[in-house]
Amino acid sequence: MVIEVLAHGFMQKALLAGIAVAIVCSFMGTFLVLRRYALFGDGIAHVAFGGISIGLIMGVFPLWTAFVAAILGGLGLQKLRSNTKISGDAAVAIVLVSGLAVGVLLVSASGGFSVDLFSFLFGNILLISDEDMILIVAVSAGIIGTLLVLHKQFLHLTFNEEQAKISGLNVTLLNYVFVVLAAITVVTSMRLVGILLISALIVIPNISAIMLGKGFKKTVGTAILFSVLSVVIGIFFSYYFDLAPSGTIVLIAVAILLIVLTMKSTRFVRKKQSQTMSDAS
Amino acid sequence: MTRILQTENVTIRYGDHVAVDDISVNVAEGDLLGIVGPNGAGKSTLFRAILGLQPYDGTIRLFDYGPDKYGPLIPLVGYVPQKIQFEQNFPATVSDVVSMGIISEKKTAEWEKLIKERGYHWNRVYGKMDRKEDRIVEALKITGLERLKDRRIGELSSGEQQRVFIAKSLVKDPLLLILDEPVTSVDVESQTRFYNVIKKINEDNKITIIWSSHDLDAIEKYANKVACMNRNLFFHGDKDHFFADEKILKTYTEATMQMHMHDH
Repeated sequence: MVIEVLAHGFMQKALLAGIAVAIVCSFMGTFLVLRRYALFGDGIAHVAFGGISIGLIMGVFPLWTAFVAAILGGLGLQKLRSNTKISGDAAVAIVLVSGLAVGVLLVSASGGFSVDLFSFLFGNILLISDEDMILIVAVSAGIIGTLLVLHKQFLHLTFNEEQAKISGLNVTLLNYVFVVLAAITVVTSMRLVGILLISALIVIPNISAIMLGKGFKKTVGTAILFSVLSVVIGIFFSYYFDLAPSGTIVLIAVAILLIVLTMKSTRFVRKKQSQTMSDAS
Repeated sequence: MTRILQTENVTIRYGDHVAVDDISVNVAEGDLLGIVGPNGAGKSTLFRAILGLQPYDGTIRLFDYGPDKYGPLIPLVGYVPQKIQFEQNFPATVSDVVSMGIISEKKTAEWEKLIKERGYHWNRVYGKMDRKEDRIVEALKITGLERLKDRRIGELSSGEQQRVFIAKSLVKDPLLLILDEPVTSVDVESQTRFYNVIKKINEDNKITIIWSSHDLDAIEKYANKVACMNRNLFFHGDKDHFFADEKILKTYTEATMQMHMHDH
């Protein structure tokens, strides 16, 4: 039955693009979560919404305008965080609402929401075009390649920025490269889970992996595994049960997190019990 | 003896408050300089100025290069602050953290050229090893952390974490190690272990060390030079002179007591 489903062109495209996005989101997400940029994805996605509206109105391929808007939003956010006394979460809020306001304004001016815009808001990986799929896979490969080259520097920067600076790393430049990569990641992922659920894919598989208490490489590997599992299972479930793929994918990621949390707390209780028993004896 | 560090009339202000007042200190190659002074004496602020993290008035020369030239050589200083802030749940093992200290061969070659120009002998213990894994194992061996290499950094005690950060500094073969009150809030057994590591690094790896501490007994036992400061410098010289001079010791004790009473 699975092979039958895989014969459909749309499923092949969905799985290929979905797996690419899952890998990129979890790899990039490890750094975003650890740097307390968990809501960065939400902020940038809403700026990208403004970019998409501009693209749709101008008749340009909306992902291009979304990329431009997201990168500018990411750089603006970084500037706000480093050059003002505005705290990180407030800076995200400012960028988020500004992007959303631009989008809403343009949508209202152009006569309301279109089908295209809805697919960006809620995502629908089963409906992506060949052009979308090629773009998603190519951009994902570019981001993964860059992360493979820079992951050690990003790890040091994430662990402690001051120590990274003393070690001779160009912290300012790395921070800008980081937000640009993160902005591109967010736009690339929008087709899969939509603007409204983007943070879920960046944050949840990473939190599940971090909870397992392993080193950096194993944590990234586990986050990628959880993310790919969520996407693949989510796509199949949504096809068989006729559900929205974005919501299904995110709920599977949440289910994995709950399993990890339960395993951790059971292990903790067992450890406590054996400790109490050995104390008593 | 070649000079590793020289500060001339260094003054650091925060608005109207003078945190460091006219400090001039020399550190020669191979020294183990203990810096003593009460809390708020400006020791950490001085270290941050040396590392280019804090603006100052006066002159600082590092590896015989002036303030406008030594910037690119700052990575040759290993710096372990009182407390390195990091996420306790950070998914990095002890080996992961130590590997962050490894610097590319290209940069190392540039530094080697710059420091040779000034007549320094760079004792490269770790850089000679081809495999990065070997460098990490060697640094963990000297700091007594081999058994903990696969443990997450957040699971370790404060004393063990400080030793990990020293190991991280060692893999780049530093010319100078700055340790800012490294054993605050560490139990006595870990303290002794830590001091032995410092002594070993200074003697075996020939690394110059500046080390701030409140522990006069440890300074007397391990350091060869002492600088005593409380915003301004009131002693700088051989350890034996410092501990033989009862007047200076009395002034230091009184200043520390006053700061202690002020803190409470």
